[in-house]
Amino acid sequence: MSDSVVDPDEVRHVADLARVDLAEAELERFAEQFGEILDAFETLEEVPEVEREADLVNVMRPDEAQESLDQEHALQNAPEDEEGFFKGPKVS
Amino acid sequence: MSYNAFITRETIESDEEGPLADKAVAVKDNISTEGVRTTCGSAMLEEYVPPYNATVVERLQEAGATIPGKTNMDEFGMGTTTETSAFGPTDNPAAEGRVPGGSSGGSAAAVAAGEADLALGTDTGGSVRCPAAFTGTVGIKPTYGLVSRYGLIAYANSLEQIGPIAPSVEEAAELLEVIAGPDEHDATTREAPGSGEYAAAADGDVEGLEIGVPTELLDGADEEVVETFWDAIDELEAQGASYHEVSMESLEHAVEAYYVIAMSEASSNLARFDGVRYGPTPEYEGNWNEEFAAVREEGFGEEVKRRILLGTYALSAGYHDKYYKQAQDARAWVKQDFDSALEAADVLASPTMPIPPMERGESLDDPLTMYLADANTTPVNLANLPAISVPAGETSDGLPVGLQLIGPAFGETEIIRAGSALA
Repeated sequence: MSDSVVDPDEVRHVADLARVDLAEAELERFAEQFGEILDAFETLEEVPEVEREADLVNVMRPDEAQESLDQEHALQNAPEDEEGFFKGPKVS
Repeated sequence: MSYNAFITRETIESDEEGPLADKAVAVKDNISTEGVRTTCGSAMLEEYVPPYNATVVERLQEAGATIPGKTNMDEFGMGTTTETSAFGPTDNPAAEGRVPGGSSGGSAAAVAAGEADLALGTDTGGSVRCPAAFTGTVGIKPTYGLVSRYGLIAYANSLEQIGPIAPSVEEAAELLEVIAGPDEHDATTREAPGSGEYAAAADGDVEGLEIGVPTELLDGADEEVVETFWDAIDELEAQGASYHEVSMESLEHAVEAYYVIAMSEASSNLARFDGVRYGPTPEYEGNWNEEFAAVREEGFGEEVKRRILLGTYALSAGYHDKYYKQAQDARAWVKQDFDSALEAADVLASPTMPIPPMERGESLDDPLTMYLADANTTPVNLANLPAISVPAGETSDGLPVGLQLIGPAFGETEIIRAGSALA
């Protein structure tokens, strides 16, 4: 296994894409660990191209209105709600 | 002593008369229970109370089972030791000071310690079979589509199934019988061919059974684990089974393919935890994206962040073909290899885990080593097949070793019959 390290800036970029803040120490640790883990993943390059036969079919049902959760239950775990809606942070 | 097997001890009674009327069945804490908090072992869901029951919970109640509580687990199922739980690690009742395996370690520990008669776990890459092997219990990972995942909080939905953990093969099969079967709320469930009478298959009759042993799953395994494995095969032979070795080259890439696919699916599945519909109360100043990122930093543990980031990386522009597409090819290859191997054998056998239970605290700093410990269990999830882990014996230090038996799709009766010859 090589001792390759991923650039911390690259880890920060991926963390931004995934909407996860990272502490500085976490960032450094991940950069170190990701090198080794991605090296292992790269052994997948040895896998030959394989014909994938899909033996499964889509399962459909008629698009009909059915009973579902009412607003009260749907909102019961929300940290904040207003007039029957989820309340989120401002968009910009 | 307490093994910290439960996150929440709250009894859910049933007054139905049914096959499980006198049984206490513990439920892993990523399976929704109406009105009883369901945390997934995460601070993100510390106060989350599901408004509905998972289908398997409905079926337990219809069968008369009492649920004594919700069991500890690696956070969102991400771990092999039950040490990544936000609610502290679970100890191993069969080997104190060692990990109980994961991610369904609380379920297995509850059964091994007699704190529950039976338990439900979930298996995405071995999370039922590994803790069963490490605690000297029996665990079944059903064929993909046999058991409804409705109400299971998803980690990697193309790979995971809910499965039973029990002291014996027959009891595990009884529990499987209760939870199996199509569900209109999970379109991936299918009607299994055959009678579905799994408990009756636990008759221990292995006369004429042909066992294939994939050599790749013995390579690199601990010496004492391999010895114990062959002892178990000898015992099956003595009861009328025979075996042959088989090479399955694709298995050398299975664990890497599993992690690429599981992490990729996780990065998408866990995007919903943003502190709006559930989760910690956000008290951050900033826009939508900044606030989400702060809530997710606070709510997720390190292993979950690691997998979300690696999954996001594997799916990101420029890397998708290199990682995700190659992993899907590997998955198809593994399936084909299993199909061929199962043409010449009724079941395939391997050690469930290549190592005995690790000491607590040993694995957390070295994620790659922990991932590679799943080498024998993950191929089964990639191929959507059923597998059972039964106790094979112990190492010279008295540490439990599990035998894994893998069957063809919907061949649960085959692996139950074979496993019941040992436990």
